[in-house]
Amino acid sequence: MSARGPFQDKPQNKLGLRVEALTLSRGGRVLFDNLSFAAAPGAYVEVQGANGSGKTSLLRALAGFLRPQSGEIVFEGVDEPALAFHYIGHANGLKREATAREHLLYWAGLFSGSPSEDFVAQTLDLHRVLNTPVRALSQGQARRLALARLIVAPRSIWLLDEPAAALDDAGKAVLNELIASHRASGGIVVAAVHEPVGPTPTQTLRVPR
Amino acid sequence: MSAFAATFRRELQLMWSGGGALAPIGYFLGATMLVPLAMGPDRALLEAAGPPLVWIAAALSILATLERLFQADLEDGSLDQMLLSPAPLELITFAKGAALWVAIGLPLTLAGAPAAIALQAPVDRLPFIMTSLALGTAAFVGVGLVGAALTASVKRGGVLLALIVLPLFAPPIIFGAAVASGEDVTAALSILAGCALGAAALGPIAAAAALRLQAE
Repeated sequence: MSARGPFQDKPQNKLGLRVEALTLSRGGRVLFDNLSFAAAPGAYVEVQGANGSGKTSLLRALAGFLRPQSGEIVFEGVDEPALAFHYIGHANGLKREATAREHLLYWAGLFSGSPSEDFVAQTLDLHRVLNTPVRALSQGQARRLALARLIVAPRSIWLLDEPAAALDDAGKAVLNELIASHRASGGIVVAAVHEPVGPTPTQTLRVPR
Repeated sequence: MSAFAATFRRELQLMWSGGGALAPIGYFLGATMLVPLAMGPDRALLEAAGPPLVWIAAALSILATLERLFQADLEDGSLDQMLLSPAPLELITFAKGAALWVAIGLPLTLAGAPAAIALQAPVDRLPFIMTSLALGTAAFVGVGLVGAALTASVKRGGVLLALIVLPLFAPPIIFGAAVASGEDVTAALSILAGCALGAAALGPIAAAAALRLQAE
């Protein structure tokens, strides 16, 4: 089994995410059991639940970081598992000493994306701080920079954990636009949110069930 | 830019930008330069004590850089991103090790010359001492990757890290000190090269396996 979870290898073109009877436990405590859902192209799945209910664990399991206790996670229509998804977690994945531009270049290499720094900076309104080290960015700017990964390298499935955390209204609007255009191009978004952020979900999952 | 090049470049930048690479080199030079002052100018004594001291200082300098190597990546979310890269985690781990060696192992190798002179090593032995330091620090880094990965999620894991890593530092120290004291240099250098290649090949694989567990 691949470290990123089981993927279907027969050739298919239709993108899909299917979760069957998923049971996750952390530290001996069962977070939820028998969770099943499926997402088709353009889907926006919102995962809701109280703090500690397992929203983050569900996303980490989908990303392949967490091994589920039982159940199955299947990505359909994905030729190259490693190019299937983005995961934006609580932690932004930024280095305090490196500048925004250095991060964009690094991700372009790491994710075999394209370093279209100017486009990324324009979209996320980061062009004024491109050469600023992360330690001098505000929380909201750091979050925007983390979201820049979504643009640097195209991926069909976005796993977003509280994507709007620390974002101002303009930032939330940009995020909603990104999600909308990703869905319009046939992508899937799974977002764990504390309170609904904007787009109307095609499906709402409540954990624990 | 490939994932390897991007990681290598970024790690080098991070190590030099914070000045973090200077501390271990300063530590190494300081420790070896102070020995003659503390022990007095007795040439025979320094010649006997010098080689082991150079190697102990080199091992501890590398050890000091290992604790935060993966811990910082785990805490700030960078590790998750490395796991999502299409490049294998083993390659990314190798790139981090290579950058660590260039940022610290290579300067330590160069600093080995003044250190050896201060410790009364014969000048014609310097090329061998520096070669042995280059190989030995590579072995330290390869082994260190594994220790750093295993203890990445342990708060104040420095002691545990030292317990894991220092016993594995023993072979390079033994054969490195043999080169520095001029006993059977060719054989000792060959064994050191073996240690370095083995650690560079296996270290990243073991470290990547440990990191996958840490991400849970």
